[in-house]
Amino acid sequence: MYPDYLAGLLKEVDRTRPKRLELAKSGNPVYPPMNAEERKDVLSKYHPDYSKGALQKIRVGPNKGQELTTEITELLEAHSMVEPRLMDIHLREPDYETDLLIIGGGGAGCWAAITAMQNGVNSMLVTKLRLGDSNSMMSEGGMQAAVAPQDSPTRHYLDALGGGHFENNPELVRILTQDGPEVVKELERLGVIWDKMPDGSMQVLHGGGTSRKRMVSCRDYIGAIITRTLMDEVHNHPDKIQVREFEPAVELVLDDKGRCAGAILYSLDSEQFLTVKAKATIITTGGFGRLHIRGFATTNHYGATGDGLVMAYRAGAKLAFMDSVQYHPTGAVFPEQIAGFLITEKIRGAGGQPLNKHGELFVFPREPRDIESAAIIRECSTERNNGIETYAGRTGVWLDSPLIDMIHGEGYTKHQFPGMCRQFNRFGIDITKQPMLIYPSLHYQNGGVEINGRCETNIPGLFVAGEASGGVHGRNRLMGNSVLDYNVFGRRAGRYASEYAKTVTVGKLSLEHVTKHVKELKKEGIETDLVSPMILPSYTPEDVKTQQLARLGSAPARHSMLRSRISPGDKKAAE
Amino acid sequence: MSRKPQTKVAAEKPSKTVKQTPPKARMVTVYIMGKRHVVPEHATIMRAIEYSGQQIIRGAGCREGFCGACGTIYRLPGDYKIHSGLACTTLVQEGMSLTQIPAVPMEKAIYDIEKLSPDVDTIKRLYPVVFRCVACNTCTKSCPQGIQVMDYIQAAKRGDVAAIMDISFDCVGCGLCALRCPAEIVQHKVGVLGRRLYGRYLAKESKELDARIKQVQGGEYDDEYASMMGMDKTSLSKMYYERDIEP
Ligand SMILES: Cc1cc2nc3c(=O)[nH]c(=O)nc-3n(C[C@H](O)[C@H](O)[C@H](O)COP(=O)(O)OP(=O)(O)OC[C@H]3O[C@@H](n4cnc5c(N)ncnc54)[C@H](O)[C@@H]3O)c2cc1C
Ligand code: SF4
Ligand code: SF4
Ligand code: FES
Repeated sequence: MYPDYLAGLLKEVDRTRPKRLELAKSGNPVYPPMNAEERKDVLSKYHPDYSKGALQKIRVGPNKGQELTTEITELLEAHSMVEPRLMDIHLREPDYETDLLIIGGGGAGCWAAITAMQNGVNSMLVTKLRLGDSNSMMSEGGMQAAVAPQDSPTRHYLDALGGGHFENNPELVRILTQDGPEVVKELERLGVIWDKMPDGSMQVLHGGGTSRKRMVSCRDYIGAIITRTLMDEVHNHPDKIQVREFEPAVELVLDDKGRCAGAILYSLDSEQFLTVKAKATIITTGGFGRLHIRGFATTNHYGATGDGLVMAYRAGAKLAFMDSVQYHPTGAVFPEQIAGFLITEKIRGAGGQPLNKHGELFVFPREPRDIESAAIIRECSTERNNGIETYAGRTGVWLDSPLIDMIHGEGYTKHQFPGMCRQFNRFGIDITKQPMLIYPSLHYQNGGVEINGRCETNIPGLFVAGEASGGVHGRNRLMGNSVLDYNVFGRRAGRYASEYAKTVTVGKLSLEHVTKHVKELKKEGIETDLVSPMILPSYTPEDVKTQQLARLGSAPARHSMLRSRISPGDKKAAE
Repeated sequence: MSRKPQTKVAAEKPSKTVKQTPPKARMVTVYIMGKRHVVPEHATIMRAIEYSGQQIIRGAGCREGFCGACGTIYRLPGDYKIHSGLACTTLVQEGMSLTQIPAVPMEKAIYDIEKLSPDVDTIKRLYPVVFRCVACNTCTKSCPQGIQVMDYIQAAKRGDVAAIMDISFDCVGCGLCALRCPAEIVQHKVGVLGRRLYGRYLAKESKELDARIKQVQGGEYDDEYASMMGMDKTSLSKMYYERDIEP
């Protein structure tokens, strides 16, 4: 239920709705989309990537000298969890051996295991939480794929490039858009239930930055439907795909020829470090929302701490576009319990409109995400002061959802957005009758480990796919392109890595790169108590954390989580 | 309880424009695995556990109600019932006594989706246990998603795959239904099977999709791709801003 002090503002929304509805039904744009100049202006003034302290120059490793997102630079300049000297015996006698090691149990990881299996190569999939506990499970709105007759893969290509400010790797975008239709079919073959029209054709909707209706969906549970289907398929082949949960990887292992040859895992149950020897390794560890970049609340799952970047970087892999972060325009602001939760962009695709406190539309609802987010931040800024404040000290704008039923007919919202309805019903808000309060929320890691069309990195034997990779989305990803990304590139990673695995014999295992990293830190005079990868963020209150850190002696293994500087209301982050 | 109440549970967004006037959080007493803790009233169960100083390892995944990692059972004072919910979306209440059930042992049937038929025979073969259902409705009562679980199990007994799919669509796989079921049925595994059978065999195929795949495979877009990939940023940008947008 909305508190009384918002009642007057809610009335404003009702007041302006009939006019806005009329315009929406007319088929014309409800607000003029921005041109290139306007986009540039709002981005440079209001997007968090451009705020003070957002970037920091990195002093070690392959990207040395470049400016990366500050929180990432700090993790890349941190210490390893592993003491290489103590791992010698285990490198000689690994705990596990497999042809293909897949790190990460989201959509990309599951696909990689399935295609490798189809290609006759057995794999071991290790993951931090349970299989499927990932951003893939959470995606709501949909996946872009040029399946409609009035659309084409090349149009999709142009939209994606424009969204990414023409900086995306064109080869990757071509693969992404060209494979889209086939991926839709493949998923259906595995049993994914697409939203369809009565004649069987795919239901398509708009997303931010799309010039054609291209978003295919499974109500608002696309992630749950696709990921559970893939997981089920992975579990159908226990003899070919070995799954190990709660054993995150914390360091890659190279061989004496500098090829990737597996990883060191850290068992969250026994706090042991375990060595895996593998002919090929795929990183599919997803994104970094849980680093709460710039102090933002996030839509991401618990384990999204950017571990893949840290491991790959220490082993010598190059990162791309790590100076750009995606903030989803519509994170929940009220009630406080769900602050940061994602409100799917499909709501705007279906006609929902962002409104300021006067009930006015102030931006074209389907601008690309970075533009839309910056416009919302501008509306709430001192310059305009048109945001709505909540008792918890957050500001936001309305997202007028009742419009949707008025456009598409009663019952549409309930059927298309059951998850959203449920989320708000819990707190007495009926989104078919009342708008939601929203503000941008940290959502996606635009950049990642640099890959080519075969998902190869600059380290032989190391492949990366999905959100952990960088290049395909440039500096801004469009809605629906990352579900497509993990499906397209997860499949490809499985195929190419398994082909590669068939050809190699692994040499002597080594953690020399970790020792080298320590030397480099020293040489640059970097003093840090931070240990990475982070594995899990800590939401323990500060005073308790201090008491926990008082432990002396051998560093507690959960060290990296405890030391995570991410804490509620972190002063540094909130600057 | 010596610790001062903390009101800020989530990371704050940076904003200089907002006056912070958070009301003092009211505190409630809860029992986490039997141990007394005082936590902010507006906390979810998950936040309360973390507020008490524990790092959750097994009972959290998405933290937003999608993954089912955080199944929790609890009792309330003066109420004999065992309630269940998701820790990430259920609010604490005064006197709540809770424990997490992050994993429920379940056996999944192994099958080749290509070799199944969408009917009752498949259900009988893969999950014969559903025929033990005594229609007690306990599963439905324990579902944090408000799903009519019993109804989809009844649908499974009839071999009505479309109904299994439709009713179980929002299942997050927390396993709370299976935990409480006196007949020891593995409901959500049956749900996954039903949905996959529907998607694979009963959903109407899209002719347009098949046509598009043929076009792609036939190389129909190759020239256009090649020409766009050869363009410089300025011409691409021009093309982009001039493209027509479907209403
Ligand atoms: C709430 C939400 C809604 C979204 N909605 C959409 C949408 O509608 N459309 C769209 O296109 N995109 C959407 N996205 C984005 C999209 O879901 C993700 O970008 C995509 O799923 C990433 O897939 P992935 O397989 O690369 O990574 P993930 O699915 O995140 O999987 C990463 C896996 O790696 C594991 N892992 C992490 N670190 C380690 C480690 N050190 N060792 C071992 N395992 C590790 C994780 O536990 C996880 O299992 C959404 C994202 C979120 C958070
Ligand atoms: S049907 Fe069972 S497993 Fe699925 S959400 Fe409900 S209680 Fe959880
Ligand atoms: S709890 Fe078990 S026995 Fe009872 S209705 Fe549900 S499935 Fe049937
Ligand atoms: S943590 Fe995923 S459902 Fe609660």
